[in-house]
Amino acid sequence: MAAAVESASTAMPPARRVPDRFRTVSALVAAAAPAILVVIVVILFQQAAPAVRHFGLGFLTGTEWNPVTDMFGALPAIFGTVSTAFLALVLAVPVGVAVAVILAEQGQTTLRGILGTGIELLAAIPSVVYGIWALYVLAPWSYQHLELPISDRFGSIGWLSQPGARSLFNASLVLAVMILPTLSAISREVIRAVPRGLKENAVALGATWWETTWRVILPSARAGIFGATILALGRALGETIAVTMVIGNRYAIPPSIFSPAYTLASVIANEFNEATGTLYPAALIELGLVLILVTLVVNIVALLLVRSTSREASRAA
Amino acid sequence: MYLLTVLALIPLGLVLWFTVSRGLPSVLHPEFFTNSFRPVGIPGGGIAHAIVGTGILVGLASLMAIPVGILGGVYVAEYAVDPWASWVRLASDVLVGTPSIAIGLFAYALVVVPVHHFSGIAGSVALAILMLPIVIRTAEGAVALIPHGLRESGLALGLPRWRVSLQLILPAAAPGVITGALLAVARASGETAPLLFTSLGNTLFKVDPTQAMQALPLTVYQYALLPYKSLQDQAWGAALVLVVMVLGINLLSRWVLRRQIRLAGQL
Repeated sequence: MAAAVESASTAMPPARRVPDRFRTVSALVAAAAPAILVVIVVILFQQAAPAVRHFGLGFLTGTEWNPVTDMFGALPAIFGTVSTAFLALVLAVPVGVAVAVILAEQGQTTLRGILGTGIELLAAIPSVVYGIWALYVLAPWSYQHLELPISDRFGSIGWLSQPGARSLFNASLVLAVMILPTLSAISREVIRAVPRGLKENAVALGATWWETTWRVILPSARAGIFGATILALGRALGETIAVTMVIGNRYAIPPSIFSPAYTLASVIANEFNEATGTLYPAALIELGLVLILVTLVVNIVALLLVRSTSREASRAA
Repeated sequence: MYLLTVLALIPLGLVLWFTVSRGLPSVLHPEFFTNSFRPVGIPGGGIAHAIVGTGILVGLASLMAIPVGILGGVYVAEYAVDPWASWVRLASDVLVGTPSIAIGLFAYALVVVPVHHFSGIAGSVALAILMLPIVIRTAEGAVALIPHGLRESGLALGLPRWRVSLQLILPAAAPGVITGALLAVARASGETAPLLFTSLGNTLFKVDPTQAMQALPLTVYQYALLPYKSLQDQAWGAALVLVVMVLGINLLSRWVLRRQIRLAGQL
């Protein structure tokens, strides 16, 4: 649309080309966003430098976290972050996509309108509110009604034993609830972008609603739904407060999903204010750096995927 | 499929139900809103310091993030063909997804370390960084909705580009831009992680942003983890106040946006 304006103004060139100062000034102001992003990474890297120099790549594979002996390794926290986020996705994706399919249906019924607004509002609830709910309601309930029965029956399998109210599993459960709104809101947009013709063709060929959804709509929205999943993964990786309140905060690779664990973000939240010396805070900031770089990559991949689907859809339409 | 949708809404409904039912007893006492922290055992503790703190932190953050964000958003929409505009867009999208705890660490290194003490200003810098990309992207969306005709008639009248963008396009896009700013305010009001190492929290009533400051989400987080029933009850009360505030701002922004869509239909 700006292109149209450009061509309109160049169609009749003025005698003297006035430099567009507004463009320069506003471009400089807009530079705040990329600049902040770069400065965040640079400053965190600089603050983490003592730990980066001292431990090198061994920081990523070390399993010990001992401020007394100044031994710091990130592996248990990385494991906790990655496994809670993936478990949350496993729990949330089927439900989130189903919600998106329902919400993307043609025709505006009141029920669907209320569901849509409700899910979007739930994305706005602060994470600390999910946290206090998880701590006092969800975790005790899940311990009684999910963890105990499952470990009674399958406790012989190591990673399903040792139930406890503060656990990696409960952290994943609250994460799943928290990423659900994002997941279904973005998937809904992607499914809506599927050209109507495709669906109408399938229906005309005699496909049932289920066949149309499963064999036509979902496959053509595949890349976008995958992108929405990865965006949700990014949120789950970076979520701090709610996870810190229920994960149990034990710095070790847990023997079972029902055992307490730790994530990158929760270690920082719990320990940073008490960290003294040079190596300890630097190691915590390096955890933050690992977290930020992982989410950066995850987010960029997700954005490219979501964009490519909506571009394909607009080309097909 | 409908069954799964209902399944999805159950936990979400439960969050609201427990926040209201557990928070209501605290909120019904008027002194909950007029008093500050009282030690355990002394009745009448309240969250006035946290409410005022959140107001100041989010207010300062808005002063930093909203003007910059709006001008940035106008640039991205008005010069959408510039390669730089797509970089700004990508950076904003990535910044939205950046973990808020990392932004807290950054604000700590940037503001707290040089002056050697925690402050409300450091907290509001962290919140401003969270708000900026939201304001940029929503302002861009609102400006892009304005029909070309308005822009072209302004340029045809010989107005310079900056007057067309700021005095013609921006007022027409105002409802959408305000919606975006409100959404950013709502997001910032609910964030805990960026405040942990910046504004830190305070049990005293403070209005001086160069001091450590309490905020509503910090109150919920800190009180909920303490082993005292009275403070846990206050945490639920503060959570209820926070939810009402955040959802209220969201509903308000929806109402503003609906007016925008109706206005755009008339243009």
